[in-house]
Amino acid sequence: MTKTLLDKLWDLHIVADLGEGWSLLHIDRHLLHDLSGTAGLFALAQRGLAVANPELAFATPDHVVSTVPGRTGTTFEAGAKLWAGLKELSQKTGIRYFELGELGQGIVHVMAPELGITLPGVSLVCGDSHTCTNGGLGALAFGIGSSELTHALATQTLRQRKPKAMRVRFEGRLGNGIAPKDVILHLIGKIGASAGTGYAIEYAGEAIRAMTVEGRMTICNLSIELGSKIGFVAPDETTFKYVQGRRFAPKGDAFERALSHWHTLQAHNEAQYDRDEVIRAEKIAPTITWGTSPEHSIAIDEVVPDPSAITDLAGRKAWQEALEYMALTPGRPLAGTKVDWVFVGSCTNSRLTDLRDAAAIARGRRVVDGVNAWVVPGSEKVKREAEAEGLDAIFKSAGFEWREPGCSMCVAANGERVPPGARCVSTSNRNFVGRQGPGARTHLASPAMAVAAAVTGAITDVRRL
Amino acid sequence: MLPFTEMTGSAASLLRANIDTDVIIRIERLTSVPREQLGRYAFEALRYRADGSENPDFVLNHPIFRSASILIAGANFGCGSSREGAVWALMAAGLRCVIAESFGDIFYNNCFQNGLLPITLSASSVRHLADQTGQGAPMTVDLVRCAIVTAQNETIPFEIDAARRQALIEGLDDISRTLRQKPKVVAWQSEDRTRRPWIWQLPAA
Repeated sequence: MTKTLLDKLWDLHIVADLGEGWSLLHIDRHLLHDLSGTAGLFALAQRGLAVANPELAFATPDHVVSTVPGRTGTTFEAGAKLWAGLKELSQKTGIRYFELGELGQGIVHVMAPELGITLPGVSLVCGDSHTCTNGGLGALAFGIGSSELTHALATQTLRQRKPKAMRVRFEGRLGNGIAPKDVILHLIGKIGASAGTGYAIEYAGEAIRAMTVEGRMTICNLSIELGSKIGFVAPDETTFKYVQGRRFAPKGDAFERALSHWHTLQAHNEAQYDRDEVIRAEKIAPTITWGTSPEHSIAIDEVVPDPSAITDLAGRKAWQEALEYMALTPGRPLAGTKVDWVFVGSCTNSRLTDLRDAAAIARGRRVVDGVNAWVVPGSEKVKREAEAEGLDAIFKSAGFEWREPGCSMCVAANGERVPPGARCVSTSNRNFVGRQGPGARTHLASPAMAVAAAVTGAITDVRRL
Repeated sequence: MLPFTEMTGSAASLLRANIDTDVIIRIERLTSVPREQLGRYAFEALRYRADGSENPDFVLNHPIFRSASILIAGANFGCGSSREGAVWALMAAGLRCVIAESFGDIFYNNCFQNGLLPITLSASSVRHLADQTGQGAPMTVDLVRCAIVTAQNETIPFEIDAARRQALIEGLDDISRTLRQKPKVVAWQSEDRTRRPWIWQLPAA
């Protein structure tokens, strides 16, 4: 059989074939956060249903809690009920819950891999579209809405239709200082924000193999920004080393058994894909978005594109509206544009490796007066490890705010927002209209590029610092 | 879930591509506004000006389209966040059907859990339908026959997954259907404990 990795991951979890491409899939891991998780547990209780397998679910607050130093679950008042609800309902149903300040708390997609909850080959869901992040370890991971969330809690399964298979190979090596974020923004700019709709994407090629697991998670994180709810990388030695020894990862004999299974999670050499893309890695430059869709990305040394170059009227109008919202002029370089805010954080770029990249640029430099710059570690574990390395001190002495773990300004559901009209370089994943707050203007970029903007006060090519 | 068989109503067109679920409903509204009252917050950033007044250029603010029950949308409609509140907001705004060239995967799934019918048509058919919405002429969407009938009596067929179509017509709830398969799930899990013990051997809480 010439199976793709999608075929293998899918087949592993089929409880029942429902016909016409539909399967009843077993769910091995379920992550719950304070927004959709609380609502799902509440809906389940209202229907009088029990959690089928509480031992396979893991809960922690991230979306609606404040990240201000010294915060509690009630610091952001509008989120207090959801935070308390998650804690109470988790405890009542026997679901493991990681409280603020405890190891295990953090952005769900940061904490689950680092605790060994996410493993190669597991099926994993969460009421959050960036669940695809977990595919960086070779998991079949996808985001779901509230109804499916309740379904997964009640039955430990989901009714799913198998997507088509796409492979994207990044061949060759990345240039110096090119981050995983540049790689994925480059891809979205090239093939478009709906290219992945209806597909699961397997990322492969030399540049992916050379990447850390954290970097692969950044790539997989933006799969949903390509339109695909599933993205993954075949697990390899890098992955196995990453997983071994983590808190919930298998130990001893169980690890050895798991390992021999994980070695089988590779596509067959002759596997056929519904779509196959090749990207030359060495051609990728630091990449940043100019508009209001992640597909509006350009290399830092390119100019803001001109809508009049588009022949399709609706497309031209979309670009014009994006430029108007972003207050940018076509034909001018994006570099040099003044910024008001810088946000380093989110499930895309808040892991220890991201903070090291950011700190390497921040070291010995100062955030320009008038720029608000935040660093929000992705989890309690990331925070403690960063502090042990002295990264917090580097950020603080450079004039950054060093905050508590959570989603913060990426989702702006927690009182933390970019003000109307302000321009922000952000390491998060969405530059949608109003995403970081009504009227906020977001430029997506890597941690190094975000820090470069903070210390120069403008969008800057980090290679020139 | 609200069943869907056939409906007739006026259609509003909003052909911008990549309308994301953040634009459909701001996340803050989902923490503070009851589900059935989300309608007035649908497309908030497009629908209201910065001072809170209505933007007269936005299609759903136009007198003819205020009570539209069909939305003809641009490609990749509902991309982005998984929030099911996007579907609730559209339904609370009176919409029962969205027609587009393509949809965000998670949004598309969420539609079927609530009785909102997403119809995928070719770009040219979407444009053709949008051209006919001008004066609020009603269209009929018939899920039983899988066809849209315009005011000019033109019939445009559409395709939809058979299982999803049936569930919508009957208003069937997935959870109840799957709970009936519980013995199968339990048996599968019991075998899986031997096949993949590491999935199940977790340190005690």
